[in-house]
Amino acid sequence: MLVLIGVLLVVIGFALRLNPLLVVTIAGIVTGLLGGLSPLAILNAFGTGFASSRSVSVFIVVLPVIGLIERFGLQEQARRMIARLSSATPGRLLALYQLIRQVTAALGLSSIAGPAQTVRPLVFPMAEGAALRRYGTVTPKMTERIKWFAASADNVGVFFGEDIFVAIGSILLIAAFVDSAYHVKLDAFQIAIWAIPTAIVALIIHGGRLLYLDRQLGKLAASTESEAAK
Amino acid sequence: MIKAEWFYWLCGLIFVVISGFVFVDRTNAKRITSGLFWALLGVSFVLGTFVVNHSMPPWILGIVVIALAALAGTGQLSQGQAKGPSEAEQKAGADRFGGWLFVPALLIPVITVIFATAIKAIHVGGKPLLETGMETIIGLGVASIIAVVAGMLMLRPPSPAAPVHEARRLLEAIGWAVVLPQMLATLGNLFTAAGVGKAVGTITKHVIPSGSLLGAVVVYCVGMALFTVIMGNAFAAFPIMTAAIGWPVLVQQFHGNAPAVFAIGMLAGFCGTLCTPMAANFNIVPAALLEMDDRYGAIKAQLPTAIPMLIANIALMYFLAF
Repeated sequence: MLVLIGVLLVVIGFALRLNPLLVVTIAGIVTGLLGGLSPLAILNAFGTGFASSRSVSVFIVVLPVIGLIERFGLQEQARRMIARLSSATPGRLLALYQLIRQVTAALGLSSIAGPAQTVRPLVFPMAEGAALRRYGTVTPKMTERIKWFAASADNVGVFFGEDIFVAIGSILLIAAFVDSAYHVKLDAFQIAIWAIPTAIVALIIHGGRLLYLDRQLGKLAASTESEAAK
Repeated sequence: MIKAEWFYWLCGLIFVVISGFVFVDRTNAKRITSGLFWALLGVSFVLGTFVVNHSMPPWILGIVVIALAALAGTGQLSQGQAKGPSEAEQKAGADRFGGWLFVPALLIPVITVIFATAIKAIHVGGKPLLETGMETIIGLGVASIIAVVAGMLMLRPPSPAAPVHEARRLLEAIGWAVVLPQMLATLGNLFTAAGVGKAVGTITKHVIPSGSLLGAVVVYCVGMALFTVIMGNAFAAFPIMTAAIGWPVLVQQFHGNAPAVFAIGMLAGFCGTLCTPMAANFNIVPAALLEMDDRYGAIKAQLPTAIPMLIANIALMYFLAF
């Protein structure tokens, strides 16, 4: 039970908003020591863990081109394009993005989009452009709120879309674990179809909240106007 | 065979080149330590190759990793004054290039998909052309290279180093958050090695109300979500919660439909992923990448979705799996 102190350290560290890298490193060392690992074994764990998880950081290879086209006005162009669509609102746009993300992830294409590839260069500026068209003004508070929900549309879309695809990590993990632990063979397809009801619920709940975002932004815009009028 | 390792080296190279610019950036108050951070990060991507193929003891990389955490954790990493594009620059670019600006951006997903589907199937001399299981990473790497070449040809920026300067601006904005997902993966390994999973499993066994199906479903789903919040990853939570409740109680005792129990259980875990800073690649890196004022902005937007989703998963499992 002592090893749970490491978990507690992480919780406290994040709650106090200390530098997460420091919190995680110290929690890792403490947990390792409490779990009876030698200092060398802990260093080895840091080395292997870092080496084998490099794939999560590969997204940085898109930064040179994204930065380059941003310099030449990509975000501006995304805003202009969306401003021509009279029916576009930030909420509708983000809900549509979530739907696209869910459907493509369900087809096994979960890595075609992401915060670096699509949300920062395209989805966020489009939503901001739609907000500017609709409310005539976009305050910093509104921009921040749009950023939160743009990131959330991407996450919810992937999480509750990809499990419908049979060859995704989580489905394979379920099949492999049940096979090795209990010698029961489950068909990946049989597991994946049970992700469909949750996917529909996610679309309704988060899609609905994204549409509701339009009203929240409207209120934020109105409150700034009334303050300006004073 | 084209290997993912090549693209890890490309990432390493990008970090090292950027560190060169940071070292000589006089607008950065901590340019030496900041440059050291990016250089070490680049080196760690290359050392990783030798750790993975067992030609180097992992503790050497372990020391580099702890040095990275120490530099960033003690505030030795700072940004230069590299300026983002001005409004005038962006307007002029959009006037000149219009919709063509989308071409390099859209090349990335299109090429990635082609690699993940068509090129994945290509075999050369009886062996797959792309390293198995790494097709999308390779696709993303190739796509980025093609997109940057296309962007340079189209936009003709004044300096050939423009993409590196722009990448540096974005990376400096992300800062230490770029390393956090990998550090958390490491922490997950340490948690598992030290027996955190077993400890949580033992606690969970004590809270199962005996004989109640609904109670067991609730404990399994909520346990998956909470454990995922702690570990930052539903994959780590699944084997432990399933061994504690999912298999012995829900499947064996209550005769639940195993595929439905496990699929929905995993998705209950994903509700936890939506709420935790431990899932840094989903929740913290995007906050940095979008330059949010609030580091926990994405989580704040997701929390009111995650809670009803967890309740929905409990209901779905209760009604569909039994």
